[in-house]
Amino acid sequence: MDNTIIRTNNLIYDYALQDEDGNVKGSIRAVNAVDLNVEKGSFIAILGHNGSGKSTLAKHLNALLYPTEGEVWVDGMLTTDEKHLLDIRKEAGMIFQNPDNQIIGQVVEEDVGFGPENMGVPTEQIWERVNEALKIVGMDAYRKKSPNRLSGGQKQRVSIAGVIAMHPKCIIMDEPTAMLDPRGRAEVIRAARALNDVEKITILLITHYMEEAIFADRIFVMDEGRIALSGTPAEVFSDVERLQAMHLDVPQAVALAHHLRKKGIPLPEGILSGEELTRELTALYKAGKTVSGEETA
Amino acid sequence: MSIRLEDVSYIYEQNTAMAVPALQHITTEIKENTFIGLIGHTGSGKSTFVQLLNGLLAPTDGKVFYNDKDIQAPDFSRKDLRADVGLVFQYPEHQLFEIDVLTDVMFGPKNLGLTEEEARKRAEEALRLVGFEASQYDYSPFDLSGGQKRRVAIAGVLAMRPKYLILDEPTAGLDPAGRDEILEMIAAMQKELQMTVVLVSHSMEDVARFVDRIIVMDHGSIALDGKPQEVFSHVEELEKMGLAAPQISYIMKDLHRQGVPVNTDALTIEEAAEEILRVFRDRA
Repeated sequence: MDNTIIRTNNLIYDYALQDEDGNVKGSIRAVNAVDLNVEKGSFIAILGHNGSGKSTLAKHLNALLYPTEGEVWVDGMLTTDEKHLLDIRKEAGMIFQNPDNQIIGQVVEEDVGFGPENMGVPTEQIWERVNEALKIVGMDAYRKKSPNRLSGGQKQRVSIAGVIAMHPKCIIMDEPTAMLDPRGRAEVIRAARALNDVEKITILLITHYMEEAIFADRIFVMDEGRIALSGTPAEVFSDVERLQAMHLDVPQAVALAHHLRKKGIPLPEGILSGEELTRELTALYKAGKTVSGEETA
Repeated sequence: MSIRLEDVSYIYEQNTAMAVPALQHITTEIKENTFIGLIGHTGSGKSTFVQLLNGLLAPTDGKVFYNDKDIQAPDFSRKDLRADVGLVFQYPEHQLFEIDVLTDVMFGPKNLGLTEEEARKRAEEALRLVGFEASQYDYSPFDLSGGQKRRVAIAGVLAMRPKYLILDEPTAGLDPAGRDEILEMIAAMQKELQMTVVLVSHSMEDVARFVDRIIVMDHGSIALDGKPQEVFSHVEELEKMGLAAPQISYIMKDLHRQGVPVNTDALTIEEAAEEILRVFRDRA
């Protein structure tokens, strides 16, 4: 219990449907009876197709939305308890898809200092926090620059620094790499992993890129508002067909391994990365293995 | 038939202190009936490049020719050019606004001055191409899924019957099935209509799977241009530009380095599987 940072009990959320005059004509259940338990200091990935309820779930975790039914607890605080609202927003930071919508300062360091200043942190401590946050995401050298001149990945790292400066225990990232080029994606994922590894901040990463989920301690897969599948990356990605039925996929290395296994190359289960696949294939090749279950001429 | 750029440069806010050179001395030709991937990091000049192709921007220097005619010449109809070269911007579904799917797709052709009847015909044709059934025509665009909305938005451009279709990251923000659905639809359409498609993408895997030619932009210039196998063999240069080769390509190169005699050309999962199986079978 003590080790839980985020817990939802039977979380249900209904969106109201309105007609053209604004009258409520019904509702859609976006999140359906979700019981989520996130351990302190863990790295969680949440996968799911468009409209599966991932973002709606995420918005409950820092009290941007309140449950229709059920409860959400963040570090022992109930999100519907108004007196905790500011504490919850401070402890569970949020990063969104488009970095341009999240940056407000004219200068990088000003932008990063905005959060702690808003929280009433004394000035000298604000600078300390800004320094520390920019170092963690590797944007120290850009502190005096205008955010307009940064690349997408750099902007997203500045957004993350802005959240870190509030000293959160947990950061929820809702598709932070969706609009970035390959280098930008790699930069953001590296920053997220470092925050988790070094700073022990709990990370919840929502993504459509399966490759980004292989570093997670645990993956939750959402489908139709429910958690349809959960487990370690090796467990979740072992069921290629099931994931595809849920409009998802597996990382490329997993797909290639799956393909080769079906054709008779005796690869072990649980391969996630290209390095693992290369290592296993090389070992099989050097051990003189050939394709089994096929006629050899 | 082609769009040809001759020594084209483009500078934003030229003759001001804010002048930013976005493109420098680009010479290239976009021919008909090809599927082209345009890649490059954020800020490399891709968006400027595609806006020059349909005359939304006029070059600061150099010339753009459409079917050998200078598009800046006084007697050239840039309105016709824009009908021939369709541009689908990022997140095009944000531009849906009509009451139902069919009316939304008819908006473009009606704007071209076509009759209601002709516009409807074209809209129906375009919706068929993006995989919509007649029973879905009266849906409100806002009740559709993300992937469906995007297909309607693409149909809106297709209904103008462009000969060239430029899509700026058509799969951004979609789930894997949505990405596949859009890309497979675009590839099928390209074949059926024998049109030229320019796909601007940040996904090396997507580009590797579908296109015939890749143009790589870096700092406002064309850094690499060729067939996917050729372009993706320049891994180190691509990485220096903030790009990468498809993940499969790294696996194949790694295997080769470790002494498994695979050919390292494969870019897709299918190609890689076939090549690895070949090597394992050959030793039997």
